[in-house]
Amino acid sequence: MELVMAILIGVLFTAAVYLILSRSLLKIIIGTGLLSHGAHLLILTMGGLGGLAPPVISKSVTDFADPLPQALILTAIVISFGVTAFMLVMAYRAYAVHKTDDMNQLKGNDEHD
Amino acid sequence: MEFVLLIFLPIVAALFIPFLFRKIKGIHTGWFVLLVPVVLFIYYTTFIKTTMEGGHAISELQWIPTLGISFVSYLDGLSILFSLLITGIGALVVLYSIFYLNRNKEKLGNFYVYLLLFMSAMLGVVQSDNVISLYLFWELTSISSFLLIGYWFTRDGSRFGALKSMMVTVFGGLMMLGGFILLGIMGGTFSIRELIAGSSSFAGHEFFTLALVLILLGAFTKSAQFPFYIWLPDAMEAPTPVSAYLHSATMVKAGLYLVARFTPIFAVSEVWIWLVTGIGLLTLFWGSLFAVKQTDLKAILAFSTVSQLGLIMSLLGAGAITFHVDEALFSFAMFAAIFHLINHATFKGSLFMIAGIVDHETGTRDIRKLGGLMSIMPVSFTVAFIGSMSMAGLPPFNGFLSKEMFLQSMLAIRHFELFNFATWGIIFPVVAWVASVFTFIYSFYFVFRTFTGKRKVGKLPLEPHEAPVGMLISPVILAMLVVGIFFIPNVVGKWLVKPAVMAIQPYQYSHPSEVDVHVSAWHGFASVELWMTAGIILIGGLLYLSLSKWQKFYRIQPESLSLNGLYDATMTFSEKGMNRISRLYMTGLIRTYLLYIFAFFSITTIAMLFLQDAFVVDMSSFSKINAYGLINAVILLLAVAFVLLSKTRLGAIISLGAVGYSVALFFVIFKAPDLALTQLVIETVSVALFLLAFQRLPKLSDHGETKSNKLVNAIIALGVGLTVTLVALSSHSQKLVASISQYYKDTVETEAGGGNIVNVILVDYRGFDTLFEIAVLAIAGIGVLGMIKLRLARKESSDENK
Repeated sequence: MELVMAILIGVLFTAAVYLILSRSLLKIIIGTGLLSHGAHLLILTMGGLGGLAPPVISKSVTDFADPLPQALILTAIVISFGVTAFMLVMAYRAYAVHKTDDMNQLKGNDEHD
Repeated sequence: MEFVLLIFLPIVAALFIPFLFRKIKGIHTGWFVLLVPVVLFIYYTTFIKTTMEGGHAISELQWIPTLGISFVSYLDGLSILFSLLITGIGALVVLYSIFYLNRNKEKLGNFYVYLLLFMSAMLGVVQSDNVISLYLFWELTSISSFLLIGYWFTRDGSRFGALKSMMVTVFGGLMMLGGFILLGIMGGTFSIRELIAGSSSFAGHEFFTLALVLILLGAFTKSAQFPFYIWLPDAMEAPTPVSAYLHSATMVKAGLYLVARFTPIFAVSEVWIWLVTGIGLLTLFWGSLFAVKQTDLKAILAFSTVSQLGLIMSLLGAGAITFHVDEALFSFAMFAAIFHLINHATFKGSLFMIAGIVDHETGTRDIRKLGGLMSIMPVSFTVAFIGSMSMAGLPPFNGFLSKEMFLQSMLAIRHFELFNFATWGIIFPVVAWVASVFTFIYSFYFVFRTFTGKRKVGKLPLEPHEAPVGMLISPVILAMLVVGIFFIPNVVGKWLVKPAVMAIQPYQYSHPSEVDVHVSAWHGFASVELWMTAGIILIGGLLYLSLSKWQKFYRIQPESLSLNGLYDATMTFSEKGMNRISRLYMTGLIRTYLLYIFAFFSITTIAMLFLQDAFVVDMSSFSKINAYGLINAVILLLAVAFVLLSKTRLGAIISLGAVGYSVALFFVIFKAPDLALTQLVIETVSVALFLLAFQRLPKLSDHGETKSNKLVNAIIALGVGLTVTLVALSSHSQKLVASISQYYKDTVETEAGGGNIVNVILVDYRGFDTLFEIAVLAIAGIGVLGMIKLRLARKESSDENK
């Protein structure tokens, strides 16, 4: 299963990077969304996927999933939400001020070096 | 008392200066500043008793002990002499500046802060025993000099001169740092005393000559030796008290100090003696030759300073010969060097102050407009006359004594047998003599063109009159020293010069009284120096009288072929060239920078994976393929494809939501219920947020991105994807250290009393992480709120560049 997941993560990252490199601000935000999904799955896969039960202590279970990646991912999900929300509003604001979402036009000019 | 702390006294005092300047309007800020050098001067004089006996005093303050770096104040004869010069001349200059700089027109707060900063730095340079802290103070003098030259920063000339001095001296400083580090490698210590003690063990080291040349570069740039002197004339844009202090009496002598301090280490080398003596003599000649060309009073003095620094430098080089031959013939040189250093500080300091007075009272420093000021400014004229005659090397002034000793030392070089000096030695007295002739000419040129001759009243911007008494105090004191030292040279020698000479030549002397030099003005008719001086006066006098006939020959040299032209060309070239190069890759486009980051990330990671044999796939550790997982993977792939291919905003957003939900499903499949719940909630909110925002965003468009750009993007993206896949596989297949998960599993019930391990980790084991996570969310929330609420109108006025 890890092999499948690894390839899946690669696809997520590829799509994310491709979108981030584009010129449209909205695409870049969608790209960062995909990137965080990829990163979450990457952390989970690195830890191993073999657990038979959720990481909750109970008498009958001995082999449960690794809790550490899950704890890290939980934090990451919330942070990535914060980042996405921030970027969305920033995009809205940038478009309202500059009337464009083309990154090449938003780059500034020599006077602002 | 730990007197190492006194080095920092001026800096500490500087903290209060802006406050005093603002709050106390009635008193000139300079009076407060004056206390600092006066107190320090009095304190340092108490050490003369120790150094006269050949002793020294040490005070240490640890800085980075693990690296062997500390602030050490090591006071021996040489350090005390320089410390007294710095504080003594410093006090006179501050006194002078009180009358020179107008309380109401000048930014005195800035001025005195810079000046005190310099004082600390300079004391640090001459007292540090640790080369690293010496380097620190050294650069601090460059920085404070930069600030002081650029004090009138609205003038183009000031900014240009400040930058020039900074470029040249910091270049030298960096070279010197290299030399220091090489010394540290060779000697195994950063302490100068220990380096001197152990110098015989590394004299043959392969780095020895390199370290020597690097350190000399530092000294030559600072002391304005040929060809680095070009910054000094441009530094004359500084206020005149600064020129008198930094650019004639103290900072430019830091290079001489450095050469003197390291003589015991490097004197063994032929390269050292040749370079120091040769460059010094060349500078002496060059500076005196071009001083006659100048028309600005301060420019004349600048070139004369260059020339005199060269003179002292060549004496230091000649003094190093005593390391090889222990003959009385050569023992003069080092004494003469130190003696002339003191004399130069006195007469050049007073001359600079007079140049400032002339500028202040007539409104110009152009010697072509000046003349006949003698009757209007009698005191200034007297001081200028004394200073100039001393500079020209005439009795009864101190410059005569050291000039005679200089000629004597240069004559002695002929008798040095080693290193080809016997063949080339005759050049030294000849060049020295020619340079002395020019020195004589520019000294006369300076004083008589300004103060005698016809008055050109109409040309002066101001109606000239004698300077106020306060402004004359400092130059008069210095002029009295010029005359006084002539009559008591041996007292000065005993108190200051001999202890310093002993510090430079520890291999030769163990007590200052062993320095067997007796200064006398009269050596009898048989002495060669006397006839050389007579020749200087005769030829120099004739050339001065015919100056107007031959001064025009200087104009033959085109400006573009000078060293200044070379500097300008280098600066323009490097500025434009660097600009062009950085514009090649700094496009200002975010895509370009991200491309660099992603490409660098994938290339280095993949390279390291294979170079280190880190790529391992251990199939046996993989868990079984899960049917639900497989189906979910297909769904996720499809959703990603939709995101990429979607032509509309709505389609892309909904596909992104689908990706998020299938990730949540993965969390369910891989036994992570907490994650699944969170992901579902967050994804729902995110999609809602996207849907809210998208109405206000433009339609999805690639803005006419070219095919080739898209191809590059795709290649880089594939590279990143591949890298991550490989990392995911190998990091799962091999673990260098055991996971700390086991610790959590074992202790979660006993330590934290909880059953849900993920929850306990978040709120208990890593509670602070969670707290900061909430803080991040709060900050993002404030940012979101701010960007929505802020009005749009102010964008025009907020642009600083307009």
